[in-house]
Amino acid sequence: MIITLAIMALGAVVLGAALGYASIKFRVEGDPLVEKIEAILPQTQCGQCGYPGCKPYATAISAGEAEINLCPPGGMDGVRKLADLLGREVKPLEAEEKPRQVAIIDEQTCIGCTLCIQACPVDAIVGAAKQMHTIIEPLCTGCELCVKPCPVECISMQPIAEKLDNWKWKYPVIEIKRAA
Amino acid sequence: MLPRLFSFKGGVKPQTHKASSVQLPIGQAPLPARLYVPLHQSIGGQPNPLVEAGDRVGKGQLIGGADGWMSAAVHAPTSGTVLAVEDHLAAHPSGLPTLTVVLEPDGRDEWVERTPVDHRRLAPERVRELLRDAGVVGLGGAVFPSHAKLTAAETVPVDELVINGAECEPYMSCDDLLMRERSDEIVRGIAIFRDLLAARRVLIGIEDNKPEAVLAMQQAVAQLGEDYQVVAVPTRYPAGGAKQLIRVLTGKEVPASKRSTDLGVQCFNVATVYTAWRALACGEPVISRIVTLTGNLEQPRNWEVRLGTPLRELVALGKPKADTNRYLMGGPMMGFELPSLDAPVVKATNCVIAASPTMFPPNPPEMPCIRCGACAEVCPHELQPFELYWFARARNFGKTQEYHIFDCIECGCCSYVCPSHIPLVQYFRFAKSEIWSRERDKNAADAAKARFELRNAREEREQAEKAERLARAAAARAADKKAAATAAVAAAAAAESGAPATAVAATGPTAAAGSPISAPANAPRPATPATAGDAEAIKKATIVAAMERARAQREAVQPKNTEQLSSEQKRQIAAVEARRAAPPARAEAQATSAAAAGSSLPETPDRTGD
Ligand code: SF4
Ligand code: SF4
Ligand code: SF4
Ligand code: SF4
Repeated sequence: MIITLAIMALGAVVLGAALGYASIKFRVEGDPLVEKIEAILPQTQCGQCGYPGCKPYATAISAGEAEINLCPPGGMDGVRKLADLLGREVKPLEAEEKPRQVAIIDEQTCIGCTLCIQACPVDAIVGAAKQMHTIIEPLCTGCELCVKPCPVECISMQPIAEKLDNWKWKYPVIEIKRAA
Repeated sequence: MLPRLFSFKGGVKPQTHKASSVQLPIGQAPLPARLYVPLHQSIGGQPNPLVEAGDRVGKGQLIGGADGWMSAAVHAPTSGTVLAVEDHLAAHPSGLPTLTVVLEPDGRDEWVERTPVDHRRLAPERVRELLRDAGVVGLGGAVFPSHAKLTAAETVPVDELVINGAECEPYMSCDDLLMRERSDEIVRGIAIFRDLLAARRVLIGIEDNKPEAVLAMQQAVAQLGEDYQVVAVPTRYPAGGAKQLIRVLTGKEVPASKRSTDLGVQCFNVATVYTAWRALACGEPVISRIVTLTGNLEQPRNWEVRLGTPLRELVALGKPKADTNRYLMGGPMMGFELPSLDAPVVKATNCVIAASPTMFPPNPPEMPCIRCGACAEVCPHELQPFELYWFARARNFGKTQEYHIFDCIECGCCSYVCPSHIPLVQYFRFAKSEIWSRERDKNAADAAKARFELRNAREEREQAEKAERLARAAAARAADKKAAATAAVAAAAAAESGAPATAVAATGPTAAAGSPISAPANAPRPATPATAGDAEAIKKATIVAAMERARAQREAVQPKNTEQLSSEQKRQIAAVEARRAAPPARAEAQATSAAAAGSSLPETPDRTGD
C-alpha cells in the first residue's frame, strides 16, 4: 500500500516536473488562438467589425467579447470557418455580403490632398502633396476607407471583374434523377 | 533491336475514331478576312503588344514581345494592317475576352526578313532566346514555353530525350499526319533539342496504331543517319501523357514533386520539335499549326491553319452536318466545349471536334458513387478518384490535397469508366481552381496584413518622434527663457551705450548669417526703454533659437541616398526643384480649394517612397 502510494507520488512529481519544464521550454510566444482567428479574417483592415483592424477583432473574439459574425468582407464563409475553429454556433452575417471591390481614383479630378493616403490602412495609394494620386489595384483590399475622406469625391469602388487569370471552374451542376 | 518497354498503371482503351481524318493530306486553310491573334497563348507572362491600330505588319513580324523568361513571343500570321488591339473572345472554356491583335490581311502574305541560323554555331543561351522570341511552345496542348524546358538540371545529365508522337487522345490525328508528311524536318529538329540538353539517347514514342507514322519516322532517321530509336508503344490512353510516355520508354517514374529533368529525362511533342526547326533553320516563327478538324462533318481533315483564324471559318471548311450542336476543342477526353465559334485558333488548338447529340450523347444524370473502385483502377497516376470526388464535392479542399489532387492530370479515364456517370474531372478541376484562388487570396491577405502592420508601426514611430520633438522644444524654450532673461539684463545694462540688438545676436549667432527670416529680428531697432524692450527681446530670442534648432535638426536628417549621385541625376534633381519652385501660385490655388472643400492640408507631404 505504502509502496503503491510512493510510486504514484513519485510519478506525480516526475510528470509534474516534466510538464513544468515543457511549459517553459516550448512556450509559445503570443496567443495562438488569436493568430488562428486572424488567419481566417480577410485582412481587409476596414474596421466594419467595429474594431480598428483585423487583429483587434481577432483578439476580441478570442477573449469572448465579440460575436463571430461581424466581418462583412469575410462573408458567410468566414463565419463558418470561425464557428468551426471556436466551436460556436454559425450565425447569419450582421451585414449584407458584397462582391470584392477595388477603389479607383478619377485621376482628372484628384487635387492631391493626400487625405486618402492617410486613410488607406494597407498603403495601397501612391501620391504626393498637390500631385495626382493613384491606387495600386493589386494591393487594394477594398476596405472603402479612402472613399469618405476624399474632399472632391473622386474615389469610387468597383467590383473586381472576372478575368482569365482569376477565372475558376464552377461547381458541377448535378441533375438529380427522379426516383421512378 | 527493340528496347524493353515498360508499362504504366491504369489507362483505358476508348474507340479512337482517327481513321476518318487521315484520309486526306494536310490541307492549307485559306487566309480568313480577319485574324484575331490573342497575345496570351502560352503558359507564363502575357506578351506585351508591340503594335497599335493602323500599323502595317509583315508576315512573321513580332507583335507581342515575351514578358520575362517564362513567356513566349507572338507574331503576325500574315502581312496586313492592324485594325485594333482590343479584347476579344478567348479560346477558353470561360468564354471571357483576352487582349487580342485584330489583323486585316492584305492578301500578299509577305514575309518580313527571315534569318536562318545554325544552332550549332550559337551559344545555348542564345538558342533558347531565339526559341522564346520565335514563340515556340509545347504544341501538344499544354503550351508550356519550350525554351524553359531546355535547361538540363545541374547535377543530373540528361540520359534520354523523349519525343512524344503518341497522340493517344481519340479523334486527334494532327501529329500523325505531321510525322507522315514532315518527318524529315522533325528528325532534323530533334538535333536542336538533343544538343541543347546534351542528351545521350533519343527515343521517339509513337502509338502502334499509327504504323505509317512509325515507318516514316524510321525512314527519316535512317536517311539522316541519326541514332534515334523510333519505338511503337502499345495503344492505350493516356500513353501520350508526358509522364506516362517517359515511364513506358525509360521505366522512370517522375514523382509529383520533381521535374523530369531531375531524373535525366525530358519530353517534347513532335509538333513542337517541328516548329523549333522551322524557327531556327528557316527563321520562321510559329504563326500556324496543324489542327485536326473532325467529328460530325462531311469532310474531316487536318489543316494547317494560321493562328488567329476564327474557328467559324475553320469549321466551315469541314462542312458540318446539320445536327451538329456544339464544338469541342482538344480531344473528347481532355478537351472542353467551345463557348463560341468566334474564338480564334491558338497555339493550344490541336483539334476541333464537331459534336452531335447522337455522337456524344449528353451525360446521363449523375448517380451516387457506389465505391466500386473502377476509377482507381484506371487512374494512370494511381490516385483514388472516388475519395478525391468525395472531398471535392464536399468542398473539403484540405483533404483533396492530402489525396494528391495536384497529381491528377485530368486525363478523364476515371469519368470514362465510372458506372455512376459522375463527371469526376469536373469536380477535380473545380477543386483545383478553388484551391489556387484561395492560395492567391491568402497570399494577398498576408501581404495586406504585413503592410498594415508596417503602416501602424510607422505611424507610431512618427507620433513618438513628434511627441519627442515637442517635449524637446518645450524644454529648450524653458532654458532659452532663462538665458534670454540674463541676456536681457545685460542688454538693459548696455542700453545706454545704444546697442540693443546685440542680445539677440548673442543668442543666435549663426542665424544672422543663414536664415533670411531671422534678418528682421536682427535689424537694429530704435533704442527703447529697457523695461519695455525686455519681454519683446525675450520673445524674439526664443523664436530665433527655435528656428535655429529646427534648421539643425533638418540638416541632421538629410536623406541618405543622395550622396553619390551622377551629374546626370543631379541635373534632374535641380530641374525638378526648379519646377517645384516655379509655379507656387497654382499650387497654392489648389491648396486653398482643398481647404475650401472642407479640409486643411495635412502635414505629411510625400509618402511615395514608403
Ligand atoms: S470587418 Fe473583417 S476585414 Fe474589416 S477589419 Fe474587421 S475583421 Fe478585418
Ligand atoms: S485604397 Fe481605399 S479601399 Fe483600397 S485599401 Fe486603401 S483605403 Fe481601402
Ligand atoms: S483624397 Fe481624393 S483628392 Fe485627395 S489625394 Fe486622394 S483622391 Fe486625390
Ligand atoms: S468509378 Fe464512379 S462509382 Fe465507382 S468508385 Fe469511382 S466514382 Fe465511385
